[in-house]
Amino acid sequence: MDYNTEELLAVTLARLIRDPSAPPARHIAVGAASPVPAAACWLVAKSGAPVRLSLLHKRSGNPFTEGTRELFDLTGQGRIDLFFLGGGQIDGQANLNLVGTGEWPGKGVRFPGSFGSAFMYMMTHRTILFREEHSPRVLVDRVDNISALGISAPGVFRRGHAQALVTGRCVFQFHPDRGRFSLQSLHPGETVEDIRAATGFDFDVEGDIPFTPAPTAEELALLRGPICDEMLETYPEFCARVFNRKAAA
Amino acid sequence: MQPIALDAMAATVPDGAMLALPPDNSLPSVALAMAIARRGVKNLRLVGVPVSGFASDILIGAGCVAEIQTSAVSLGEAGFAPRFTAALRAGSIVVRDATCPAMHTMLQATEKGVPFMPLRGLIGSDILANRPDWKVIQNPFGPEGDIIVLLPALSPDIGVFHGVMADSHGNVWLGRRRECATIAHASKRALVTVERVVEGNFLEDERLASGTINATYIDSIAIAERGARPAALLDEYGFDAAYVAEYARMAKTDAGFQEWAAREIFHPVAAAAE
Repeated sequence: MDYNTEELLAVTLARLIRDPSAPPARHIAVGAASPVPAAACWLVAKSGAPVRLSLLHKRSGNPFTEGTRELFDLTGQGRIDLFFLGGGQIDGQANLNLVGTGEWPGKGVRFPGSFGSAFMYMMTHRTILFREEHSPRVLVDRVDNISALGISAPGVFRRGHAQALVTGRCVFQFHPDRGRFSLQSLHPGETVEDIRAATGFDFDVEGDIPFTPAPTAEELALLRGPICDEMLETYPEFCARVFNRKAAA
Repeated sequence: MQPIALDAMAATVPDGAMLALPPDNSLPSVALAMAIARRGVKNLRLVGVPVSGFASDILIGAGCVAEIQTSAVSLGEAGFAPRFTAALRAGSIVVRDATCPAMHTMLQATEKGVPFMPLRGLIGSDILANRPDWKVIQNPFGPEGDIIVLLPALSPDIGVFHGVMADSHGNVWLGRRRECATIAHASKRALVTVERVVEGNFLEDERLASGTINATYIDSIAIAERGARPAALLDEYGFDAAYVAEYARMAKTDAGFQEWAAREIFHPVAAAAE
């Protein structure tokens, strides 16, 4: 069955959300400009899992009635189980750089800024990292500037860490105990050597690495039907490009 | 409270003022930002609550800004904010990076009238390392070694946002976008544009009261129809993605920005419409 990259990534993220060895995902928040993570969350919810989704950029029916600080207040209390983050640079210790390259505050290439990452990464029970571009300029040995720290010093209050990093080419699992990523699966057509060449940080490879499972017919039907319906208002360009569906004028 | 003209409102913004603005998804007054740009105000210190968008980028492009304190500057799906990025590279503005909950917390301290508030997280981030005004202390109530960040209260000179409507008493209704209430509460003055002014008192209507900002926090109101445009206004009108995409293209260069601004900000018809 034919599927596109975004559909593969959405089902891959959904599988990580449902991972039974990870802390439970009862309440998931999804930030701005994150259509693929949003699709993954909808896939989990529409498959019958009892999960609450708080989509920050939902215009009608926005979940927050106390302003945008409510997300951070909820997270501060430990009421957000799972959040998604990316980064202009991500390094081998899962440090994130959303500020920019070169001298502070991004004299090389300036990215938009840290948003809530310096807080969310430490206060959410787990974080799934998502960045479609998989290249040595994004996946670096050491980020130029740390917006959000991958592993905290002993004694510093922190609820969770990165669970995994999903890119357009593979899935890495993160091990906070050893501060390293390991290769979990390869997207179709990729090899371990390809991933090594495209990755600026060193990572572990244990045994034979399987391919990332393809979306099932049921998953694709959900994505292209009811999930696209839910996402059309917030992500019209994404729905047009990925699901070939235009919002009503 | 009688509404005043938009240009009269802009005239109350002095050079050097610290100006708090919400981003594109929470009711910016783009109309007032453009009126401020037309007036040629200088050396503004912008505060993004908690991030910055289109209105901040046009003020930077128009040369009105000396400093910006924010958690990110972005045009959303249209990409990076071009005039912000250019000004940072040129060194013509001071950028003080923060992180979203820190922006809210600093304003909430002012709401409560306390000098600082603590916030979890942040420790180990270069955001904190580059903010000498943020302090790390031992939690006085916690176990030895439990350190926590203290943030100073932030009180902007002027808060600026766009509501749906004002009533005869100067109360403003904007529904659930309560970050605008935080801006009004924490700022020394709040300048609010609205689509319309209606008779009555929102605080006497149980259904409107919880989405209302009390006039006690508001200094003046000006009517600016479609005043959030190109940003969306609740269920009144949507985000104008094509307008922002065109801006993002043109404002890649200063010359392109000037051409865009001549048409959209300084055009005689736009100025006369005030």
